[in-house]
Amino acid sequence: MFYHVDVSAADLQPDSFEELAMPLFDQLYNFAHWLTQNREEAEDLVQETYAKALKGFSSFRLGTNFRAWMYRILRNTFLTSRTGLKATMTVPLDPEEDGPELAVEYDTPETIVFERANRELLQSAIDELPVNFREILLLCEVEEMSYQEIAEMLSIPIGTVMSRLSRARKTLSGRLRPQLQGRAGTAAIAKGTNHGL
Amino acid sequence: MVCESWKAKLDTYVDGELPEAELRTFDAHVRSCPSCSADALTRVQMKRAIHAAGKRFTPSAEFRKRMQRSIAPTPRRSFRLGWMLAAAAAVILVVGTLTSAYLGTRSGRELAYRDQVFSEIADLHVATLASSSPVDVISTDRHTVKPWFQGKIPFAFNLPELQNSEFSLLGGRMTYLDQTPGAHLIYDVRKHHISVLVFQERSLPVSLDKNSLSPKKLPFNMETWSQGGLRYFVIGDASAADIDRLAKLFKAAS
Repeated sequence: MFYHVDVSAADLQPDSFEELAMPLFDQLYNFAHWLTQNREEAEDLVQETYAKALKGFSSFRLGTNFRAWMYRILRNTFLTSRTGLKATMTVPLDPEEDGPELAVEYDTPETIVFERANRELLQSAIDELPVNFREILLLCEVEEMSYQEIAEMLSIPIGTVMSRLSRARKTLSGRLRPQLQGRAGTAAIAKGTNHGL
Repeated sequence: MVCESWKAKLDTYVDGELPEAELRTFDAHVRSCPSCSADALTRVQMKRAIHAAGKRFTPSAEFRKRMQRSIAPTPRRSFRLGWMLAAAAAVILVVGTLTSAYLGTRSGRELAYRDQVFSEIADLHVATLASSSPVDVISTDRHTVKPWFQGKIPFAFNLPELQNSEFSLLGGRMTYLDQTPGAHLIYDVRKHHISVLVFQERSLPVSLDKNSLSPKKLPFNMETWSQGGLRYFVIGDASAADIDRLAKLFKAAS
């Protein structure tokens, strides 16, 4: 469940920051851990994010989305960290980034959603995505942000959000398929149902 | 392919981002087209799978406490008021000398009482779980547990709906804190037991003024807040995140 936190002038009391920021703690940490892929670095990232946000809270624009503001600080902090710089250097160039949304054949293996054991497989597949795909997928599916929110957070047009998201999904699906097929084959052998043998 | 143009927008459709004007037409098409319908279903299932898999990492209780401490508001003084405060300090010094002994004793007493309340809550939690019959009303149904307290405690309270949550209600019993009657509920989350204790705020001899006060030096995670004249305590050895989630369910139900 996600919700917008719009802050009005009356809300900006000295202790408002804690009241607004702490409910976001779990989800910001989760996002930070996905980005950094390391517990200690995730803690450092969240800590630095909160410190920066607290410092800049007085300049926070009234009526804007507090959650998006916090995520933006976290992401910018990550991008300037050593891990962030390294991660973004390995992002492949995508000349079609701003092109039209793809009419993709989206033959996602259905088994992924039915087998609980596949959760780990899905998590590793997300882990292996380039950071720009990983973050947009998490913002959309886990944080349930709207295209508009994502566009503002990543400072990209909505069209780019749509095409990047589409490519992220396609890449994820492409990486999952052979692994799931391999697993299905192993299961079939174990059950003795692979008649091809 | 006749569905090519529809399929290009399927992601936007399942993301709930199609403009209102297109949505109705799209809905009608998806309902009548087996191929697009199956495709949309797959995408929705994939979204759900990623949503569940994406909630993967939880911060440690220690880190949460550290963060809370680092952002807790500190008293700030306005520079313009500085001279007034300096002048007032002289007066306070005189009056303070006369009253410090009394105030010191009083605030000391209040702090000591708060610590005592938290210790007692922890004791109630441990003693109840150690008991051979931890609950007097055994039921997972809130509509059974809530009426059981009728006539036993001098207030009513709401129990949250737990459907689609990881928590389950095990039952409840009456309890006392400083001779004040209250309700003690036991919940289960991943084999951890969590106690929720509810008392009338005005019956407690000292105000635990701050909501979500985080007591220190307790061997358990705990949250406490005041709502609708009632004081709630949620305590257990479950993670701070679980305690917080259960507390939120209660806050939403009250």
